[in-house]
Parts: sequence; structure tokens; C-alpha cells
Amino acid sequence: MSVVTNTTTIGAIDAPSRRNTELALVVFAVAISVFAYANVGLALNGELPSGMLGYGAGLALLGGVAHLVVRRFAKYADPLLLPLATLLNGLGLALIWRLDQSERFQALDTFVPAASKQLLFSAIGVATLVAVLAILKDHRILQRYTYISMVVALFLLILPMFFPAVNGAKIWIKIPGFGTLQPGEFAKIIITVFFSGYLMVKRDALALASRRFMGLYLPRGRDLGPILAIWAMSILILVFETDLGTSLLFFGMFVVMLYVATERTSWIVFGLLMSAVGAVSVATFEPHVQERITAWLDPFAGWGKLNASEQMAKSLMAFGSGGTLGTGLGQGNSDLIGFAANSDFILATVGEELGLAGMMAVLLVYGLIVERGVRTALAARDPFGKLLAIGLSGSFAIQVFVVAGGVMGLIPLTGMTMPFLAAGGSSVLANWALIAILIRISDTARRPAPAPSPSTDAEMTQVVRP
Amino acid sequence: MNKPLRRIAIFCGILVLSLLIRDNWLQYVRADELNSHKYNRRVEIERYAHERGDIIVDGKAITGSVETEDGDFRYKRVWKDGPLWAPVTGYSSQAFDSSQLENLEDGILTGNDDQLFFDRTLSMFTGEKKRGGNIVTTLNGDAQKAAFKGLGRKKGAVVALDPKSGAILALASTPSYDPSVFAGNSLKDSDNRQELLKDEDKPMLNRALRETYPPGSTFKVVTAAAALENGLYDDIDAKTESPLPWTLPQSTTELRNEGDIPCENATLREALRVSCNTVFGKMSDDLGNKKMIEQTEKFGFNKEVFTPVRADASVYPEDNRPQNAMAGIGQASNRTTPLQMAMVASAIANDGKLMQPYMVAERQAPNLDPVYTHEPEELSRALSGENAQKVQQLMETVVKDGTGTNARIPGVTVGGKTGTAQHGLNNSEKPYAWFISYAKTDSGSPVAVAVVVEDGNANRDDISGGGLAAPIARDVMKAVIDSKK
Repeated sequence: MSVVTNTTTIGAIDAPSRRNTELALVVFAVAISVFAYANVGLALNGELPSGMLGYGAGLALLGGVAHLVVRRFAKYADPLLLPLATLLNGLGLALIWRLDQSERFQALDTFVPAASKQLLFSAIGVATLVAVLAILKDHRILQRYTYISMVVALFLLILPMFFPAVNGAKIWIKIPGFGTLQPGEFAKIIITVFFSGYLMVKRDALALASRRFMGLYLPRGRDLGPILAIWAMSILILVFETDLGTSLLFFGMFVVMLYVATERTSWIVFGLLMSAVGAVSVATFEPHVQERITAWLDPFAGWGKLNASEQMAKSLMAFGSGGTLGTGLGQGNSDLIGFAANSDFILATVGEELGLAGMMAVLLVYGLIVERGVRTALAARDPFGKLLAIGLSGSFAIQVFVVAGGVMGLIPLTGMTMPFLAAGGSSVLANWALIAILIRISDTARRPAPAPSPSTDAEMTQVVRP
Repeated sequence: MNKPLRRIAIFCGILVLSLLIRDNWLQYVRADELNSHKYNRRVEIERYAHERGDIIVDGKAITGSVETEDGDFRYKRVWKDGPLWAPVTGYSSQAFDSSQLENLEDGILTGNDDQLFFDRTLSMFTGEKKRGGNIVTTLNGDAQKAAFKGLGRKKGAVVALDPKSGAILALASTPSYDPSVFAGNSLKDSDNRQELLKDEDKPMLNRALRETYPPGSTFKVVTAAAALENGLYDDIDAKTESPLPWTLPQSTTELRNEGDIPCENATLREALRVSCNTVFGKMSDDLGNKKMIEQTEKFGFNKEVFTPVRADASVYPEDNRPQNAMAGIGQASNRTTPLQMAMVASAIANDGKLMQPYMVAERQAPNLDPVYTHEPEELSRALSGENAQKVQQLMETVVKDGTGTNARIPGVTVGGKTGTAQHGLNNSEKPYAWFISYAKTDSGSPVAVAVVVEDGNANRDDISGGGLAAPIARDVMKAVIDSKK
């Protein structure tokens, strides 16, 4: 008689890891991007671009490495996050390369070819993803660095104040011999870590110790402290760095996380009121912000007079000229926007050359990333993971809304970049890190519970022995 | 914590949804408006993205379209002989818009006109390269060259019409300009245009259509026509009641004739032959301002003319008696365009029927199929056939043995009238030399011409309609007759 020691009644059924789905989707994403790249070359020069092989191989390599690392270190991760990010990154590269080819764009004083740099930063971004997944075995480790995160984030936010303004916004720091960095992009992630850690600890105090007033739960004065501090900070950023987008992003993200942590609607009402007060008061004495609002209200009225209006009008005309199906890649004139056409305004190129259809597809891809992030938050088993996931995906959603809404004239334009699509090293890097953290949380969330260890005592209680 | 998470999920969904709705609003609902917005440079880019159609004279293109390397406008307009044709075509510049035919027929020339919709749709399927359609004009190359040669370096204008149809055969204005020099989009184009605009001789002014001159004695044929039409006189060889000297009504000023010419009670034939101011001044006064206006309006005065290029209205205004008498000999407030006087000559030559002047004979689709062909139309009945023939006799006498002998063409009946119009304060400035005429062959009249020369360089006494303007008119008429052989 054989002695079988496996006495557990229920064996752990291996949950599907969905890694093969992810691989297929990554291949698909790379294929679409390479096709877009070839399309640009054919439209502009009538031949396949010479750099196509290198570009395709590079992108395939990045996608492949990222996939293998996910397979190795985050086996149960969400299968959609990586392919979606790869698709946007690849499409962004094709669009940036397309704008690099524009003669009109090349004639600008500020012109520097951006595609190769973007590819380099995409590689560094994927390296960041690899590092995050390899080093950060569990997202809860981040919880230990709650207050350090706060200090680092504030430091990063304040840093650009000491550097000269670039194009009216003080969001850049210049590192000699390296280039420029946008620390706000990284601060966004780091401050989410702080919020998550802080709120996880304070959520009960914030939620329960409140007075009821006119049907709303008002927080106590001492609990109001942190939210006031963040509010003040975002206003200060707005005033000193004239960065409307980032302050809106931080404040929105904090309100979202506060609401999730406390489940109190009053925080949202409170947050909206405060942001309204902040926005109105800043808009009344900050000319930079006023210009943007004027440009938003009637873009064409300021043609030839106000730079911001003209830029906005050009963006709208690019969208309008694209129509339903677009002109086709490489055949539009979105480069007429000139300055920032490949960064803040890259969506205008999507709109003009890929049309309403392409634009909706891209917006839905962003929507899907957000959806996977929220789903990760729902599935996460620990409050810190939930808060971190919703913070990251919420800020991602707000950023997409603020940028896309801005270039489409839905809201006043703010200087922020479209995640993954737009040219900008810091942005690509930070967004790959963001995706890495979401992948890590989703892996933890979807990982099947470990099988109970076989108990030696169980044998004693079993009556029938095999 | 999952309930607020779900709500945040809905919030994020609303954010994305609002972006999608906004995108549909921009790219579907407002797409056309934004695509054709006046600030949208794509409209211009598209305009110059294809070869522009040509303007055609005598079956040959007088314009062209060349590919340029600089800037985002691909094709640029060129002219085979710019100064010769600028008064007809106008200009078409990438930087400075367009004028005249280039402007009015832009839809056909760019290929965007609705008339070419079918053609465009078809070429979408055949994959043919987009190209503009052509404009076939009525102009006669030889006549146009003769007009420019005659005017030479002098300032002036020539208009030649086909009296039977109203077709414009020559349309010259000097000094002219070459529209090619600012057809592009460069700084040099801009400088060239500035130079043309600053030129005191106004080369870009179309004197044939957009400048009004006092018509001087050439207007006497209109006064004669009015007298016949209103029954003031009936027989052109009967004596008129014309005292000499004659004092302007309500005034003490005597109206003088040029020199000592036999004008007392002169017959109409004689009065026109030697160009009597007194006879026609009194005639205008006898008819009165109202009747004179009526007659001039039958010839097309006081109204803009569209050829389709717009020509300024010639003016015969309401005025007091002495002024009306002066206007009757083409002075005072009477001002006409060269086109108007050509219309007068052509109505008389066409037995009283004034045809609508036009210069576009046909619009062609890019594949050369006509999409529009002009049908000659009568603008008005200026005078009865009988009276028209009487005025013809008067004008033919002028050329045969009057002031217009310089316009004679062997073997062809020519009728004409000279004019030397005073202008400036107290007539201090150099006068304008005028000549209007028509030629007649067995098959009716093939051409009527009006010539005006404003020559600042000529000796004052040498300036006369018969001396300066008549030879030009003769050469233009001859060119038309010869080209028909």
C-alpha cells in the first residue's frame, strides 16, 4: 500500500494566468504600431521607411521583454495593461516620427527630431517596468515609505520653481548634459503612495469623527488639516509654476482617494467647493490662466492677437479637418499647429489623420487602461492596494481628460502631456512606472490564495485511511 | 470600500464619455465648418495642391501652373505673357488672393466648383489626378496684341467688342503688369507687389473697366442718337437750329468750337464730321436732362457692367441746364469707362441692339468637356434700327472725310468718332484722346472699338482723338478682320 501524504480535501485549482492572452495582444499592439509606421512612410515618401525594421524590432523587443518579465515576476497580472500601454507607446512613436518628417515642423526654431529620443525613453521606461516588477515583490512594501514619499514628492514639486520658466510654465528642470525633466510626472506617482498610506491610517478618524450638518457629514477641524494643506499646495503650484493641469490633477486625485477611503460624499462636495474657490480666485489675478480661459471661450476671436487662442483654434481646425475617417497618416496638416504639435497637441494629429474613428479608438484605449486600473482596485484585497490602484488610475483618467478635453476645447487648455502618446521623456518614464505598479497590484489581487499547508495533525483525525 | 470605487469607476466612465461626445461634436457635427474656416490654412493648401486650370485664348492657354519647391503651396500660377493678358485674367497669387477672371472663375480653375461635381466623383473612381477646369475666353490674340502695340508706352485703354454677340475681343490697359511676379508666396513676391502698388502710373488699375474718363466728343454720337430717337431731328442732312455763337443756358459763358468750323445751323452729318460743340450742346439742352439720361441708360450708363468681371458704372447724372448741355458734348459731370464707349459703338454698329458684353465663352471640365457655354443675350434696345443706320452714316462720314480719317481701312467700311476730352481744373491738365469706331463687312459688323489715351508725355497740341487714338483703333479692327479671313 502506498503511503500518500497529501491529505488535503481540496486541491488548489490553478487560476488562469492569462499570460498567453497578454502575449497575443502585445504582438497585435506591436503589429498595429509597425503598420502605422509603414503607413506614414508610404504616405510621405511613397516607400516603406528605412528605419522600419529597427523601429519594429525595437518595439517588439520592448513588448517582448516586458511580457517575459511580467510572466516571470507577476504571473497573475491583468493581461490588458501591458498590451494597451505598448499600443499607445508604439502609436505615439509612429506619430512623433511622422511629425519629425514635416517640413513645416522642421522649419521651426525649436525643432529637434524627437522620435529616436522617444524610443530611447520608451526603452528606459520598459526598464523601469522591469525594475519595479523585479524589485517590488509586493506593493505593500511601499506603505513603509509613506512620509518619505511625501517629502520626496514635495521636493520634486518645488524644484522647478528654481529653474527658469519654459513657455510660460515652470514645470521643467534642466540637468546639464542630460536634458530637461518634468519632476511633476514622477511626483504624481510618489504622492499617490503618500496619500494611500496616510489615508489608510487616518480613514476611520476622517470617516467617523464628524458632525452632521444639513445632511452632510462635516469633518472636524483637526482632520481638515491635511486636505487644506494639499489644497494650498496645489494652489501654490498653480500660482508659482503656472501649471494649471498639475494642480487640478493633484487636487482631483486627492478628493477621489479621500472619498474612497472614507466613503463620505461630504468630502466630494467639500472638494468641489474648494477647487471652485481656488480656480476662481487664481483665474482672477493670474494672466497666464486668464489667457487660457479667453482662448477656451472663443478660440477664433483672438486669432492673430493672442497666441493661446490661435493655438487653440488651430487645434480645433485640425480636428475638424480630419472629419469622420481622417486624412490618413502622413497626409494631414496638423503640423500647422507648430509649437508643441508632437507633445501637448499630439491628439490633434490623431484627430486629423485618423479621424473621428481613430480618435474614438484611442480614447477608448485610454478608457480601457483606466477601467483595468479600477478593476484592479476593486479586486485588491488590502486597503492600501485599493487606494493606490484607484489613485493611480484616477489620476491617469483625470490627466487624459484634462489633456484631451483641453486640446478639443472642452475645458481650458493646460500644459500637460498625453500619457504614452506625446513626446516627452519624463512622461513616458513615469507612465511606464505607473503601469508597472498597477500590474504589481493586479498580480497580487488576482493571485490565487496559497494552498493551505498540509497539517500534520489532520492525519490523526482521519478515520478512513487510504 | 468597493461602493465608492464603483462610483469612481462611473465617474471615470463619464469623463471618457464626455470626451467621446466632444470628439463627435468636433469631428462630425462641426467638421465642415472647421474644415472650411477662413483661418484654416488647409483651404489654401488644398487650393494650390493641384494644377490650376488654364485660361484659353484662340485655343491656346495663356496661363500655366508650375510646381514650386518652397512653402506648402505646391502649384503656382504663371502667365505666358503676363502684361499682355493681365487686364483680362487678373492675378492669382498664393499670398495675395486673386482678381478678375482668376477670382470669379476660381471654382472651375481649381476644380472645386459644384458644376464639376460629377467630374470629380468620376475621377475619384478612375484615380485620375485632380486638376482644374479651363476657361475659354472670347478674346482675340491678334487684336489684343495690336491694342498693346498701339498703346505702347502711353497710358490708356482699348476695348474691342463683337457687336453681334457682345463678345470681348480685346481688353487692354497700359501700363500693364506681370501677375507672375507676385504669384508666389515669398518675400520677393511681396516686394514686387508693393512696388507695383506704389507705382504712380498705377499699373494694376484696369483702365478699360475700372477707370472713368470724360468721353469728350465721342459722346456726341449718343447725343445724336437721342435727338433722332426723340424726334428732335429726323433727317441727318437737314439743317439744325444751331445759332453761332451759342451761349450756355442760364449763363453768360459762350460755348466754343475747336477752331473756326462751319457749325452755324450745320446738318447733323456736318456737325459730327467737324465735331461742333455748339450744335450738340444745344441739342442736349433742347432734349433736356431727363431724355438724355434715358438715352444714355439705354446704352448701359449709370449701371455696373459684369463681363463677368465687374466694370465701373459710367455716369450721366441729373444736373442743371448748363451742366447738362456740357455733358451732351462729353464734358462736365459725364464720365464713362472705355468699355461703355465700346458698347455705344457696338450698339450702333449692331443696328441698335446692345448685346451683353462677355469674355467667358465656355467653361470646361478638366477632361475638356464643356460644362457651360455662353449664349449671346441682348442687354437693351439702344435705338431703332433705322436711327442706328442714320448714326452709322454720320460716323462713316467722320472717317471718310472728317476728323477720323486716320482710322480708314482699305476695302472696309469704317465708322468712328474722335474725341479730345478736357479735364482738370479749368482744363489745365493734358486732355484725353478718344476714338470709338466700328468696322463693317458684307456680313455685318465684326468689331467695335473704343480707345482712350491719356498721354502725359505728348505735346498738348498733338493730343487729339484722330491723331493718337484713331490709328490704334484701326490696327485693332484690322487685326480682327484679318484673323477672320
